[in-house]
Amino acid sequence: MEVTAGWYLALGALLFVIGASGMLLRRNALVMFMSIELMLNAVNLTFVAIGRHVGDLNGQVAVFFVMVVAAAEVVVGLAIMIAVFRRRASASVDDLAMLKG
Amino acid sequence: MAELVLFIVFGIIAVVGGLAMVLHPNPVHGALGLMATMLSLAVFYVVNSGHFIAAVQVVVYAGAVMTLFLFVIMLIGVDKSENLEERLPLQRQLAIGLGVAFLVMIALIGGNAWITAPQAATEPNGSVEAIADLLFTEWLLPFEVTTLLLIIASVGAVALAQFDPRKREEEE
Repeated sequence: MEVTAGWYLALGALLFVIGASGMLLRRNALVMFMSIELMLNAVNLTFVAIGRHVGDLNGQVAVFFVMVVAAAEVVVGLAIMIAVFRRRASASVDDLAMLKG
Repeated sequence: MAELVLFIVFGIIAVVGGLAMVLHPNPVHGALGLMATMLSLAVFYVVNSGHFIAAVQVVVYAGAVMTLFLFVIMLIGVDKSENLEERLPLQRQLAIGLGVAFLVMIALIGGNAWITAPQAATEPNGSVEAIADLLFTEWLLPFEVTTLLLIIASVGAVALAQFDPRKREEEE
């Protein structure tokens, strides 16, 4: 049996759904952040698989840019998390209700 | 055949790692699960002739990003098992229901128009030279813009790290 691009797309969809479910199920800000990373990785896999299917290298360049943006996002996101933790001493997003009216 | 075996083995590792990240109460184990997922994705990149991208995935994602995550998890001391009890009624059932509905929707759409383009005769050449060639010709402007993004990110991280509530109150 030959592994076609569709198999990788199915795996990417499954990983994306796992990441989205993690976003909804968990309250720990760090785990929610890791779920976002999982979703980004799932999309990267589809880029590479489709790029191979149509014989185009631009998909891999797109993955490269996604990685750069994700690295920048992680730096700022974790800095925000540490700044919040200094004030609230908790990583749970349930405790961040300061803006509630 | 070899590709099928690789797909099954590392596909299972990837899905189990993702599920461990979402379901395990200890964030450190979750981070290690995500690391396993990222490493198996690097294997898929190699199989799909993305050699440079696979190296970047291991070095940047599984290496730098996940190490930073583990560092922060240890630093702010949430490396204990947390209480997974849900306080909102129906949140968990709704979340799982929405996840399943999302997967079914993707499967339905994918079943109709999975891939319509014909399979290319030649595989793309994912070497460093080929990627650099595209990056410094066709994608030069986006590549330059990412430098701006990285500078903004590092300045933002420094600014956020310097934030000290007591000092600020004294200034005000």
